[in-house]
Amino acid sequence: MKRATCRVLVIGAGPGGYVCAIRAGQLGLDTIVVEAAAPGGTCLNVGCIPSKALIHAASEFHTARHLAGTNALGIAVAAPTIDLAQTMAWKDGIVGRLTGGVAGLLRKAGVRVVAGQARIIDGKSVEVATQDGPLHIDTEHLVIATGSRPQPLAALPFGGDILSSTGALALTEVPGRLAVVGGGYIGLEIGTALAKLGAAVTVVEAGPRLLPQYDADLTRPVAARLKALDVTVLTEARAQGLADGVLTVTLPEGEQQVAADKVLVTVGRAPATTGFGLESLQLDMKGPFIAVDDRCRTSMRGVHAIGDVTGDPMLAHRAMAQGALVAEVIAGGNAVWDKRAMPAVCFTDPEIVTVGQLPADTPGAAVATFPFAGNGRSMTLERDDGFVRIVHDRASGLVLGIQAVGAGVSELAGQFALAIEMAATLTDIAATIHAHPTLGETVQEAALRGLGRALHA
Amino acid sequence: MAISIIRVPDVGEGVAQVELVEWQVKPGDLVREDDVIAAVMTDKATVEIPSLFAGRILTLGGAIGETLAVGAVLVTIEREGEAEGDEAAPPPPTEAAPAAPPEKPAPKAAAPVAAPAEPSAVPPQTVPPQSVPPQTGAPRPEGQGPLASPAVRARARAAGVDLRQVRGSGPAGRILGADLSAFLTAPPQAAAGPASRRREGTEQIRVIGLRRRIADRMALANARIPHITVIEEVDVTAVEELRAAMNAARGDRPKLTLLPFLCAALCRAVTDHPEMNAHFDDEAGIVTRHRPVHVGIATMTEAGLVVPVLRHAEALGPSAAAAEIARLAEAARNGKATREELTGSTITITSLGPLGAIATTPIINHPEVAILGVNKMAMRPMWDGSQFVPRRMMNLSASFDHRVIDGWDAARFVQRLKQLLETPALIFMEAEA
Repeated sequence: MKRATCRVLVIGAGPGGYVCAIRAGQLGLDTIVVEAAAPGGTCLNVGCIPSKALIHAASEFHTARHLAGTNALGIAVAAPTIDLAQTMAWKDGIVGRLTGGVAGLLRKAGVRVVAGQARIIDGKSVEVATQDGPLHIDTEHLVIATGSRPQPLAALPFGGDILSSTGALALTEVPGRLAVVGGGYIGLEIGTALAKLGAAVTVVEAGPRLLPQYDADLTRPVAARLKALDVTVLTEARAQGLADGVLTVTLPEGEQQVAADKVLVTVGRAPATTGFGLESLQLDMKGPFIAVDDRCRTSMRGVHAIGDVTGDPMLAHRAMAQGALVAEVIAGGNAVWDKRAMPAVCFTDPEIVTVGQLPADTPGAAVATFPFAGNGRSMTLERDDGFVRIVHDRASGLVLGIQAVGAGVSELAGQFALAIEMAATLTDIAATIHAHPTLGETVQEAALRGLGRALHA
Repeated sequence: MAISIIRVPDVGEGVAQVELVEWQVKPGDLVREDDVIAAVMTDKATVEIPSLFAGRILTLGGAIGETLAVGAVLVTIEREGEAEGDEAAPPPPTEAAPAAPPEKPAPKAAAPVAAPAEPSAVPPQTVPPQSVPPQTGAPRPEGQGPLASPAVRARARAAGVDLRQVRGSGPAGRILGADLSAFLTAPPQAAAGPASRRREGTEQIRVIGLRRRIADRMALANARIPHITVIEEVDVTAVEELRAAMNAARGDRPKLTLLPFLCAALCRAVTDHPEMNAHFDDEAGIVTRHRPVHVGIATMTEAGLVVPVLRHAEALGPSAAAAEIARLAEAARNGKATREELTGSTITITSLGPLGAIATTPIINHPEVAILGVNKMAMRPMWDGSQFVPRRMMNLSASFDHRVIDGWDAARFVQRLKQLLETPALIFMEAEA
């Protein structure tokens, strides 16, 4: 058997793993990253990036359709058509550019990339099934960055017309009727895009409302938009099974048949902790996740874990930050996880951004809200639904959380996170000039309102 | 507009005056009926006074630490209902003044720390403690991340500084780069850590409530009584073995401490030395010897030292004494001890347990004439005539009123206690005889 040695061995080249490997390489550590599929992981290949590409294409198509009818702007165009196969090819091109870019960055940092499925032998050695046969790698430090997988539903096993998010992002034809089982952010992002592309979409959610991790104020504009897009939403509904193009759904008032050419199952993601010998390490677990300390160290010396395997929230940027942290720690640095802000974006229509504490998290906190209906830029974009909301300490004005729902608010996530990470107060935000006319002015107005001196309300 | 007065109630037991120890309200506060408005202190007990009405507090009858006579004005209160539409917070003082009779609390000498305030126009304010030095911000408590930008946090990590130790001068207590720089460039001893940083300022703590009561009594006892203190070492190996044997048989019941045995020995000793179980009224010139032995047990509470009384200790076996001592200590610590339980001792035991030191100079609980201090128990090598043997040793430090107890008698009394504790069978055997 071929053998190799290194100081840092990263299993998984997703956003956590590749960032960890690049940073480790930059710090001069002899690093190998093992990946069974293309570098970039779920995020680049079958997650964040391709879904955003699909959402953009769907949004453009939807706009064109809107303009083909009577519209306020006075634009007249012919009714559009879409060749989804070409859309997907375009999307694949973006993915290819990005994964190629990651491979190049790894190379530049001096990281060796081993393609193949890894199997952990012990905390210091891994065997990889490569195309050229098994490769045994000995390492000083092991970093587990294996990510997560779509959670299957027993009644609706993936395959055929039952799609995971991965399958939905590879469709070459718009399904006539699509049922989305699971009304979380993944299901709603893809469901909304396909609805805009012309599919008749039904969302089947087991809970009492969509996007249950957010409060009703934040999700209301999304629900309104889904209604405008003729998406049917069934809540407190449980999918029982698919037979002959009909999805059987149990509702409190009885059974309902939902005709569906395709069923997209998005009921969450499960950490990938099995199938590669992780069990043999007998690491301390925290529920289904690997337990880590504030330096991403597991219960075994020299074994680190980052990203989705370490728990919620399962977010690429969290994994990236953990990956960079672990590289610093292995290199002997004193980095420690001390983040105050963890932004999360839901690319529904309108988008939702949350950072920090929600009003329900801190009953004593004050809340200042400003609607996009009072923002000039929103009106010129024909989208004035939604608002910005600042949760703050009543006495000191310390910003504890910022949330927004509205078209294009995902680009405000950076400002929100910066405010909390820098420990900004309402006064800091209110005293910062926000460019006019931009959506960001609503953030300043919300802060002013929190201080009791809103100008435009 | 109905303005009512709540007066200092008669808290019983012949108490004529009380000391204000806590205000739960301030002028302008809304209270409901039965809400506690103040806590007052009698000779020993603290009593919470509830509001008789619902309404808005207008004035307070005094500042913390002041002494008020029973029947004096405690607060004036604007009754609810009649003033519903009145938006102004506390009404102008002129309205309140006629309602608050200028009934001034009587005591003078008893209030050395605070001049009685006028219960009139200006609501008396509690004296703001001049304690906090003018520092901005405060170190954040454990478990909360410090408020600082990532750049400042990174700099602190690199410098090995725990940011929780750095005061933030920014808004909401945010630690600025300048705060960290100041922390790092502080004099060398400051950089070493918070323990060795130079500190400035003073803190003034008003001696009120139980603390003042203790201060008065200690001053009285020390000023009037010429103390003689006798310190003797006692081999407690035997009594400890007896205690261990009794505890082994006690099952689930709480284990006996040494205290009940000390009480028993004390009761036994005072039968031979009745002059020790006495009160000396030095103004009348009369020593009163007591037949019952009511042992005061000096007990530490959060508020300070109190002395609950083990009544008729002479009639209690170790188990009964232990149970009663435990009950009294619990009551004292919870502030639930009655006046009855806190007065009437004839002789007192003071013990600091494992903190009991080698020797102490106990101060007599006036007007008693003797106090028994118990020091720390320790295993010591003792010479038995041919070799050193390990023995459990403990010192007794007993103080006596030298005006009425001669050194000779004091020494004999302590020797008697030593004999009883070293041969504990004598405590019980002779009691039978």
